[in-house]
Amino acid sequence: GAMGGSASLIPRDLLGEYQELTFLSKQEILLAYKRFSELLPKEERESACSARVPKSQIVTLPELRANPFQHRICHVFSTSETGDDSMSFEDFLDMLSVFSDSATSDIKSHYAFRIFDFDDDGTLDRKDLEQLVNCLTGQGEESRLSSAEMEQLIQNILEESDIDRDGTINLSEFQHVVSRSPDFASSFKIVL
Amino acid sequence: EEPLAAAPVDFLQELPSCQSARRRRGGSQERRPALLGTAGSRGAVARVQQERAELAVRPAREQPMSIAEKRILRDSQQAETERLSRWKKWRRTSSKSLKKALSEAKGLSSYVVLWRHDIHNIEGKFGTGIQSYFSFLRFLVLLNFIIFIVMFSFVTLPIIISEYGIFNSTIAYISPKNIEDSCTVYEPNGNKGLVYFYTYLKDLFSGTGFLEVTSLFYGYYTIDAVWISITRYNLPLAYLLATFAYLALSFLWIMKRSGEGFMQNLVHDADPFQSYCNKVFAGWDFCITDPNAAQLKHRSLQYELQMDLEEEKLKQKIAERTTKEKLRIYSLRIFINLIVVAILSGCFYSIYRVTVFSQENSNVSIRNDTSTDSANLLVQYLPSMVITLANFIGPLIFSFLIRFEDYTPTFEIKLTLMRCVFVRLANIGVLLFSLWSQISDCGADKCKPCGYNYKLYPCWESDVGQEMYKLMIFDFLVILAVPLFVDFPRKLLVTHCSWKLIQWFGQQEFQISDNVLEIIYGQTICWIGTFFSPLLPAIATIKYFIIFYVKKIRLTHTCKPAARPIRASGSNFFFLMVLLIGFVLACVPLGVSIARIPSSKACGPFRNFNTSWEVIPDTILEFPTVLQQILFGMASEAFAVPFFMIICIVMFYFIALARAHKRVVEQLREQLVLESHDKMFLIRKITEAQR
Repeated sequence: GAMGGSASLIPRDLLGEYQELTFLSKQEILLAYKRFSELLPKEERESACSARVPKSQIVTLPELRANPFQHRICHVFSTSETGDDSMSFEDFLDMLSVFSDSATSDIKSHYAFRIFDFDDDGTLDRKDLEQLVNCLTGQGEESRLSSAEMEQLIQNILEESDIDRDGTINLSEFQHVVSRSPDFASSFKIVL
Repeated sequence: EEPLAAAPVDFLQELPSCQSARRRRGGSQERRPALLGTAGSRGAVARVQQERAELAVRPAREQPMSIAEKRILRDSQQAETERLSRWKKWRRTSSKSLKKALSEAKGLSSYVVLWRHDIHNIEGKFGTGIQSYFSFLRFLVLLNFIIFIVMFSFVTLPIIISEYGIFNSTIAYISPKNIEDSCTVYEPNGNKGLVYFYTYLKDLFSGTGFLEVTSLFYGYYTIDAVWISITRYNLPLAYLLATFAYLALSFLWIMKRSGEGFMQNLVHDADPFQSYCNKVFAGWDFCITDPNAAQLKHRSLQYELQMDLEEEKLKQKIAERTTKEKLRIYSLRIFINLIVVAILSGCFYSIYRVTVFSQENSNVSIRNDTSTDSANLLVQYLPSMVITLANFIGPLIFSFLIRFEDYTPTFEIKLTLMRCVFVRLANIGVLLFSLWSQISDCGADKCKPCGYNYKLYPCWESDVGQEMYKLMIFDFLVILAVPLFVDFPRKLLVTHCSWKLIQWFGQQEFQISDNVLEIIYGQTICWIGTFFSPLLPAIATIKYFIIFYVKKIRLTHTCKPAARPIRASGSNFFFLMVLLIGFVLACVPLGVSIARIPSSKACGPFRNFNTSWEVIPDTILEFPTVLQQILFGMASEAFAVPFFMIICIVMFYFIALARAHKRVVEQLREQLVLESHDKMFLIRKITEAQR
C-alpha cells in the first residue's frame, strides 16, 4: 500500500524530528508526504523531501483550491529565497501543523495575523481590512460591499479591536480579540 | 486626530516595539539587519538576549517559525539542557518521553474515533456549522453508551451473575415490614401461555406485557441484596448511586467539552453571537474543499455582514423612537406575549388532559384484558403524538408572531429559539407532572395505606419508565418517517417537476437549530427515563447511531446548504448551553421522584424504604458513630446557615475583586490610547525639528 511505501521514504529519525517540531502525528505526516509527492512530476518523487513545488501546483490541492486566502497562505509559509512562493515539504508540514487540531491558539492567531496582513508591514491597517473583507465576500463586482458599508464595517472592527486607538491592529491586539472569538479555533483548521 | 500618514514611516519602523514584533514574527531576512541597524545597540542586544531567553522556555514547536529555524532553536535548547543539573535534565527528558507516548496514544486513538471520515467529508462540503451538529450527535452516542455501561455494570450485571450462580452468588429478598398486604400486590401480565404473535409486537411498542417483566424496567429489580461469595452487594444503594453517577458524569462531560470558551462567553461583556471581529477574522471556514460550497459561503458571509450593518442602523433608529411609538410597540409586544402564553397554556392543558385520558383508558383495558388492542395502542401513544404535534406547531406559530414584535433580526432569532427550547422541554415536564398527579391522586382515600394510588399503579416507576420508553420510540419513528415521507418526495418533485410554484418552494434546507433541539429533546427523555428503565440508554445509543446515518443521507441527498446560515445556532456554545438547560430540566423530575414520592411497595429495590432517597440515610446509620455525627451535622441547620453565609461572603469578595480588575483594565486602556497619541505627537515634533 501507499502508506507502507511512503513510510520507507522518510527516514525514521527525520519522521521523529518532524513529530517533535510540529503538531502533527505520524499518520498525518505520512499522509502529507503522500499528498505532497503527488504534486511533483514523476521524476522528482524520490527526492520529495528536498524538492520545491511551485505555487501554481500547491493551489490545486482540494483543501486550498476553494480558499480565498490561498495566495497569502503560500506566501506566508514559503521559505523560498527567490520570493516565488514555492513550498518545500517542510513548509508544507509547517502549514499543516499550524492548521491542525492540536496547534495552540497562540500559533494559530499568530499565523492568521500574518495571512491577513496583505501588505506585510506588521500591522492590519484599513487597506488590509478592506482587502480581507473583499476576500471573504468573494470575487466579482456584485459580491462586494458598498463603500459606505465597508467604511462602517471597518469602523466597527477597529472599535472592537484597536485598543490604543492608532487606527491599526497590531499583533497583540489581534491575538487578544481572536482569543475571545468562539469560532476561531474551529474555522481556522485544515485536515487532510 | 491627525491621520497616521502624517508621521514618517521610517521612524515608526525603528521604534523598539516594532522591532520586537518583527523579531517575533521570525522573518529571518529582517532579523539580522534590524539588530545591527539600531542605534543604542547595547540596549538592543540585551533586549534580544532576554527575548531569546524567554523564547527558550517554550518548546520549539510552539514557536511561530519555520521548521529549519525551529531545528536551530531546539538544538540550542538541548545545548542548554546539557548545562543543567542532573535533576532538571532527568525531568526534562522524562516529560519529553511522556509527551511522545501521549502523542502515540492519540495517534492510535484517532483510528478508533467514530465516523471520522464521514464528518470530515460533511465539513468539506457543508461547512463547520453543520459539521458541529454531527460532532454533537457523535458525542451523544458516546455519552449514552457510557451511561449504559455504568447502569448495566452496577445494577443489571450483579443480578445476571447471581441468576447463573457464578461466584457462588445468591439473591436475597427481604419482605417489607409494617406494610399492608394490599400494597404489595403486583401481577404484571407476562404473557404466559399461548398468545398471538401480534401481542408481542404490541408489547414491544407499548412496553407492557412481556417487556414489562424484563430487566428493561424498574419492576424487575425487586431485589434487596445480592450475596457474591461472602460479600453483600447492596443493590438499592447501588441503584441510587449509579443514578447520581450518570448524572454527574453527564454534567462533567458537558462542562469539559465546552471548555474555557463557555466560561469566557458567559463572563465576557461582548455579545458572543454578534461581534464583528468574530465574523471577519473567524468568518472563513478553512476546511471547505468544494468550490460550490465556497461560493455559497461567500454569499452567506456577504449577506450576514450586510444584515448586521443594517441592524446597527436599525438600532439607531430604535433609539430615536418617540414616546408614542414606544408605547404602541410595548403594548403590542405585551399583547403578543400574552398570546404566546395562552398558546403555551393551551398546549400544556391538552397534554395534561390527554395523558390523564390515556392513563385511565389503557389501565382499564389492561386490567380487563379487552381485545381492542389496536385502539389501545393508539390511546397509549396519544401523549407522545400530542407532544410531537405541539413541538412541530409551536415553532411555526412563534416565527409567525415574532414578525409583529419589531425586534432586531438577531434578537428575533434568539427569542424564537428560546421559545422553541422552552416549549420542547416544558412539554416533557407537563407530561411528567400529569403522570404524578395521577399517581398521587389521593382523593377519596385511594392511597391511604401506601401513600400513592396503589390500585391503579402498583408499580408506578415501571409506568413512568413505560411512558418514557414510548416517548423515545415515537420520537425515533417520527425522525425516521419525516425524511422518508416528506423530504425525499419533495426532492423528487423539485427535480422532475418544473412548475413555478414547486420550484419556488425549493429543496429543504438543513435547519441546524431544529435538528439540534430534536436530539436534545431525546436526550432529556433518556436522562429522566434511565432511573425508571435502566436499559433505556442502550436504546438511546442505537437510536442516535441510526439517526446519524439517516440525517447524513438526508443531508447529502435532499438538502441544499443553507444560503443564509444563522450563526447563533451554528456554534457549539449554543448546543451545549441548550443541552445544559435540558439536563437541569431532567434533574428536577428525578429529584422529585426520588425524594418526595413514596416508592412502590410492590416492586423495585426500594420496597423497604419510604422514598427512594431513604436508602442513603439508612446506610449512613450503619456507619461508625463519629462519621454518622459528622454527616448528620453537615445536613443540619446549625451547619447549613453559617456555610451559606460564608459562601455569600466569598462570592461578594470575588465580585468585588472582578469589579476592581475591570476598573483597572479600563484605566489601562485609556492610558494606552494616551500613550499612542503621545507617541505620534513626539514623532511629529521630531520630524519638524529635523527639517
